Amino acid sequence: MNKISIENLTLHYSDDKESLQNISLGIPANAITVIFGPAGGGKSTLLRVLNRLNDLTDVSFMKGRVLIDNEDILDPRLDVITLRRRVGMVFARPVVLPMSIRQNLTYGLEVAGEKDKSKMDAAIERSLIQAALWDEVRDRLNDPAAALSGGQQQRLCLARVLALEPEVILLDEPTSGLDPISTGKVEESLQELKKTYTIVLVPHSVQQAARAADYAAFFLQGELVEFAQGDKLFTNPTDKRTQDYVEGRFG
Amino acid sequence: MTVTSTSQTRHTTQRLGFSLLTLMTLLTVVPIAVVVIYILFLGAPAISWEFVTGFPREGMRAGGIWPAIVGTLYLTLGTATFAVPLGIGAAIYLSEYAAENRWTRLIRIAIINLAGIPSVVYGLFGLGLFVLFMNFGTSILAGSLTLSIMTLPVIISTTEEALRAVPQAFRTVSISLGATQWQTIRRIVLPQALPGMLTGIILGLERAAGETAPILFTVAAFFLPRLPNSPLDATMALPYHLFVISTQVPGMPIKIQYGTALVLMVFVLSMNFIATTIRSRARARRQW
Amino acid sequence: MTRETLDHKLQELLDDTLALGTIVEHAILHSVEALKARDIEMARKIYQKDKDINHKRFEIENGAIIAIATQQPMAMDLRILASVLDVAGELERIGDYAKGIALITIRMGDEPPIKPLIDIPKMAELTADMLHRALSAFVEYDAQKAVAIPEEDDQVDGLYNQVYRELLTYMISDPSTIDRATYLLWVAHNLERAADRVTNICERTIYIATGKRDEIDSSDDEALT
Repeated sequence: MNKISIENLTLHYSDDKESLQNISLGIPANAITVIFGPAGGGKSTLLRVLNRLNDLTDVSFMKGRVLIDNEDILDPRLDVITLRRRVGMVFARPVVLPMSIRQNLTYGLEVAGEKDKSKMDAAIERSLIQAALWDEVRDRLNDPAAALSGGQQQRLCLARVLALEPEVILLDEPTSGLDPISTGKVEESLQELKKTYTIVLVPHSVQQAARAADYAAFFLQGELVEFAQGDKLFTNPTDKRTQDYVEGRFG
Repeated sequence: MTVTSTSQTRHTTQRLGFSLLTLMTLLTVVPIAVVVIYILFLGAPAISWEFVTGFPREGMRAGGIWPAIVGTLYLTLGTATFAVPLGIGAAIYLSEYAAENRWTRLIRIAIINLAGIPSVVYGLFGLGLFVLFMNFGTSILAGSLTLSIMTLPVIISTTEEALRAVPQAFRTVSISLGATQWQTIRRIVLPQALPGMLTGIILGLERAAGETAPILFTVAAFFLPRLPNSPLDATMALPYHLFVISTQVPGMPIKIQYGTALVLMVFVLSMNFIATTIRSRARARRQW
Repeated sequence: MTRETLDHKLQELLDDTLALGTIVEHAILHSVEALKARDIEMARKIYQKDKDINHKRFEIENGAIIAIATQQPMAMDLRILASVLDVAGELERIGDYAKGIALITIRMGDEPPIKPLIDIPKMAELTADMLHRALSAFVEYDAQKAVAIPEEDDQVDGLYNQVYRELLTYMISDPSTIDRATYLLWVAHNLERAADRVTNICERTIYIATGKRDEIDSSDDEALT
C-alpha cells in the first residue's frame, strides 16, 4: 500500500537552484524508500515538499498533487501544522534546540498544547528507546542537549521527531556528519522503525542507499530516472544513467 | 640568499605594522583615560551625600543635583516605556515576518539614516510635534517621546541583529516540529536573542540619558528645585543641568560642574557595564 | 542495521545452501538406487528434479549478489558470500552428475545387467556422506572438520579404479557388453567427479575460516591410473 502518492509534481524555485520535473512516485508504507542521486537533483526539495517546509522558501512555480493517505497535502486549505506533526523531518546537521535533552523531546508536544506530564514522560522514554539513545541519556535528561556528542545529537533529533508519533519520517542525509559507529546505530534504528513508520531517506552515499533501501528512487537534475525495489535497482538497474551512477561513473 | 633576504624584509614589515597598530590603539585609549581621570579628579571633591540627594541652592552654585538625577531617571524610564516595545516589535517584524523586498530595504535604509540625524533636529521635531502640536507642553512625556524617536533606530537595528544572529536552523527545526511561527519566535528565537537585545536596548537608552539637545526644547527646566509630580511636568535633567551650570551661570564653582559631570558619567558607564555583563554572561552560556 | 541485516541475509543464504545440498545429496543416492532397481520412472523424476536444483542455485546466487551489492560486506562476510556463490555452483554440478546417472538409467532401459551393482552404490553412499558432512562443516565455517573430508576421496577413487578394471575385464572378454559396461563406467566416473567437487566445497570452508586458499591434494590424477 502506498502511503504517499506523488502525482505529476513540478516545482521551480525562484533562484532556479533545484527543481522537480513532473515527478510521479508511490512511496510504500512500512518500508524505507531511498531518494538518491547527485547534488542538485531535487532530493531535498522533494523531502521538503512532503512536510511543506518549502513554504519557508521561495517557490516560484508548483503544480501536481501529493497525496498522503489520499489527502492532497498541497491543498492551501490544509492545516500545515498538523501535517508537520504527521510527517517528521530529520536534517543533515544535527540541530538540537538550545535547551535540555528533555525539553528538546517535549518541544513538539508542548507547542501542540500537550500538558499532561506523564504522557510526555512516556513519550520521552519511548522515543529515546526507539532512537537507541535511552541507555546513554536516561540519567541526564536535564543536561543541555548541546553537551551530547554529534552522533547522540542526531539520534536525539530522530527521537524528537518520534516523540510526536508521526506517520512518516523524512531524513535528509541524517548521517552525513557522523562517524561509522553512530551511522550504524542510526541505520539500525531505521530498520527497526520501518515496521511502524513510513520512512523516506536521502542517503549520504550510494553505499548507504544500497544498505538501507527497500525501495530506491534515482533523481537526476530534477527528474525521476528510475524507481524500483532496492535489490533490483542496485544489482540490475534498467536505465543507463542509474547504472553509471551506482557504478560510480559520475556524481 | 634571496629567500633569507625576503624573509627578513617580511619580518621587518611585520614588526613595523605591529608597532603602528599598537601606537594607534594607544592614541585612542589615552585620551579616553585622560578624560575619565580628569573628571574623576576634579569632580570627586564635590561628591557628598548632600550633593547627590540635595536640592540646588544659591542659583545652583551650591546644594545638590537630586532633581536632575531623578529627572534623568524618569526620562530614561519614559523613553524605555515607548521605545522598547516599539523597537522590539519593529525588529521582530523586519527580521522574522517581512519578506525581503524593496519595501523592507527602504525601511532599513530609513532606520539607518534616522540614526545619523543630529540630535538637535530631533529636539526641534519634538518641540513641533509633541510640545506644540499635541500640546503636551514641555514635559517628561514630550521629552520621553522625543528621546524614544531618537533611540528607536539604535534599538531596532541592534535587536534585529540579535534576532538574525539566532541560527536559521533553529527556526526550521521548530517549524518542522509543528510549531507556528509565533511559537517559534516566542520559545526559541526571543530567548536566544534576549541578551543581545538587552545590550542594544541599554546602549540605546544610555544614549538617551546622556543627550542634551533633544530635551533642550521639550522637557528640561533651567531651574526647578523640586521633583516632578506627573508625566506632564517639566523636570531638570543631568545633561542639560551640566550645560546650564557650565555655560549659563556666571561664577559657578568648578567642582560643582565636574561633580555633575562625574555623576552623569557614572550613570552612563554603569548602564554600559550592565550591558557588557549581560552580553558576556550570555556568550558563556550560549550553546551554539 | 548493517550488521543485523547482513547477518540475517547470510543466515538465509547458508540455510538455502544447506537445503540445496540436501536435495543434491538425495539426487545422487536416488539416481544410483534407480539404476540398481532399474526404475525408469524414478530416474525420470530425478532427471526432472535437476531443474529445481538449477533454479535453487540461481536463487542463492542472486541472494549473494544482492547482499554484496547492498551490504558492502568485508573480510569474513565477503569470503562467506564469495564462497556461497562458488559452493552453489559446485552443488549444481553435482546435481548434474546425478542427472547424468538418471539419464543413463533411462537409456539402458531394460537391457539385462552385466553384473550386480555393489561398488557403485558404495561410491554413491560415500560421496553422499562426504557431501553431507562437507556442507555441515561449510555452514559452521569449521575448517578442522572440512580438512579431514577430502582424505576420504581416496576411498572413492579406489572404488572407481576397481570398477574401472572390472568393467574393462568384462569388455575384453565379451565385446557385446561394451555398451552396457561403458554406461556403468560413466556412472562411476560421475560419482568420482562428484566426490572431487565435495573436496572443492571443503576448500571453500577453509578459505572462509582462515582466508587461505590452499588446494587440498585431490586425487584426480590417481583416479586415472
